Amino acid sequence: MSWPYKDLIAIQDLKADEINTILDMTASFKEISRRDIKKVPALRGKTVVLLFYEPSTRTRLSFELAAKRLSADTTALSASGSSFSKGETIMDAAYNVMAMAPDCIVIRYPYAGIPRKMAELLPCSVINAGDGYHEHPTQALLDMYSMKEHFGRIEGLKVAIVGDIMHSRVARSNVYGLRKLGAQVVLVAPKTLLPPGIETWDVEVSTKLDPVLPEADVVMMLRVQRERLHQQFFSGEREYSFFYGLNRARVEKMKPDAVIMHPGPMNRGVEITHDAADSARSIILDQVENGVAIRMTLLYLSLGGSINVD
Amino acid sequence: MWIRGGLIFDPANNTEVTGDLHIIDGRIAGVYPGGSPEHDGEIIDAAGLWVLPGLIDLHVHLRDPGLEYKEDLSSGGRAAAAGGVTTLACMANTDPVNDNPSVTNYIREKAQRVSPVRILPVGAVTKGQKGKELAEIGLMKEAGIVAISDDGQPIEDSAILRRALEYAATFGLPVISHCQDKNLCASGVMNEGTLSSRLGLPGLPAVSEDVMVSRDVLISLYTGVPIHITHVSTQGGIEIIKQAKAQGVRVTCDVTPHHLLLTEERVRSYDTNAKMYPPLRGEPDRRALIEGLRDSVIDCIATDHAPHARDEKDLDFDLAPFGIIGLQTLLPGIMKIHLEQGIGFMKLLACVTMNPARILGIDGGDLSVGSRADIILVDPRARWCFTEEVIESKSKNSPFIGEEFTGRVVRTLVAGETVFTLR
Repeated sequence: MSWPYKDLIAIQDLKADEINTILDMTASFKEISRRDIKKVPALRGKTVVLLFYEPSTRTRLSFELAAKRLSADTTALSASGSSFSKGETIMDAAYNVMAMAPDCIVIRYPYAGIPRKMAELLPCSVINAGDGYHEHPTQALLDMYSMKEHFGRIEGLKVAIVGDIMHSRVARSNVYGLRKLGAQVVLVAPKTLLPPGIETWDVEVSTKLDPVLPEADVVMMLRVQRERLHQQFFSGEREYSFFYGLNRARVEKMKPDAVIMHPGPMNRGVEITHDAADSARSIILDQVENGVAIRMTLLYLSLGGSINVD
Repeated sequence: MWIRGGLIFDPANNTEVTGDLHIIDGRIAGVYPGGSPEHDGEIIDAAGLWVLPGLIDLHVHLRDPGLEYKEDLSSGGRAAAAGGVTTLACMANTDPVNDNPSVTNYIREKAQRVSPVRILPVGAVTKGQKGKELAEIGLMKEAGIVAISDDGQPIEDSAILRRALEYAATFGLPVISHCQDKNLCASGVMNEGTLSSRLGLPGLPAVSEDVMVSRDVLISLYTGVPIHITHVSTQGGIEIIKQAKAQGVRVTCDVTPHHLLLTEERVRSYDTNAKMYPPLRGEPDRRALIEGLRDSVIDCIATDHAPHARDEKDLDFDLAPFGIIGLQTLLPGIMKIHLEQGIGFMKLLACVTMNPARILGIDGGDLSVGSRADIILVDPRARWCFTEEVIESKSKNSPFIGEEFTGRVVRTLVAGETVFTLR
């Protein structure tokens, strides 16, 4: 059976069984990265171009390794070293890249909507690696995979997502995916960082972290974007970490088998302290490892691989 | 010259008759219900057509001087003629800004040379539209402005607005106000709400418009000077204006055809031709605007014609400029509202003829004997598709491209001269 989509733009576009297919296929790709020779020929002769118009370490490296382990050729372009900095529009850049016949473009972009537009206009596969605060579908998939790997299920889990929900594409993609798979979601933030219309999201909302901790199976901390400080969404890092930071005392309030997640990069000492980030409950580095595996699955499926669940 | 056998609508005299219309020396010489027994000179056969006063659009951006790559007085004038707009007021946000009589004179003189329709400049309220110091409002009035507005750069400082109203009243000029609290809007690009959160686009909350409508109404009440609120888009704004009018505040307002016909749903595909200020709002707001038209809270329909070049609109939704063109979709838009919402055509016609004429204090917008022979002929049954090919503007940024309309301007006369004929 073949995968019905050439692109992956948004978790909103996927059905629950399609998300499950992706998660189910990922274990076999994860195994490849643990081999001595970390390479299979699945995408030999395919070209994957990574267009990153926003700084990224983890996501870009993860996609690049995923493509290489499937034997695809990869090239990465970032905003600073490209003609984007010379004023070329993103669609011109995309058409120019397209003229060089890539099979897949992985795009990270500071504003919402461009990956969707590229997917509609370009014949190659387009994978959204994060656009504005719209969606970051591969992050949500790797998060869900990590939860499923740890708990053996997603349905019935209670997942708390804590921090800047308003400006977070990671939170949005996770909400859409987790709800489709039957998890409960609690979003925790000061009211200034909750998006308008959140009452339609089919999630619980709390402005306090402490009452949520004893109930959650997963506590996912979002990065505090320091650049938001001057926009008066909250008064400062000290107050933020007092009310919303995950520290040792708060970790002790968590359920005994609950886990800590973070999409990175972490601001240690702001939204999460060392002892929380490095505690035995943290599966943050598992998320990173699983990121490569999830992206292998998605590149494989988007580039015409068949659905193969064992 | 005679226009024979058409259905003649005149909102100023509240008449709707089939008959003949006689024009002498660019003025209306007589209207003959049932037809005149004798005719001389040129005869235009209007059988089966509607004969209307030329439309008056009090909110247009023509980009000339300075941004002629988007539009100029010639192309904008042609677009107006093709849309049946025989008089328009052009906003001051040119480069340089129309904040002094030299720029006003340039616009007036060039428009007289190159534009087939009457173009009346709107002066800036403040120098450079910066909201700090009053512009040369009196001297611009001498040079021919018909109103003042800092449209697009709303006046934040309430004291400046107060002085502007009082100073404008000194010269008998109306003040047109674009209501937007810039701080509440921040970097917003679409209506704020559930959909903006879902699309990941920063929002422009309705309250940012409502608070400024309230302020403007209160300052108008306090000073006793009328104010015209342009492009109202929210349910809240309409409510405030309705209450103010009921209390005798001398406030008038206009709404755009696109806010009457479209909602924020059009943004779902990130189409930058659905990006304008004020943004397309939700369905409850659109309904409130339609009801506002029905019960006469809304005085005018104006296009906010805002041309932008293709390469500018081709950017990301966040970065593309606000605004769409509208001169050629004004009449078909009104026809659509008439047909879909059952609002009387005469009432809608008044919103684009006599009401804006009264607010601007200009002649035109009626078919009385002795009035300017600014007249349009409309085929009310023509079904047609609005395509890029019919656009006379230099810019093609319209969300209505591909839209089917009923009713089309087939001929436009300005002062008795034909300036547009549909081929």
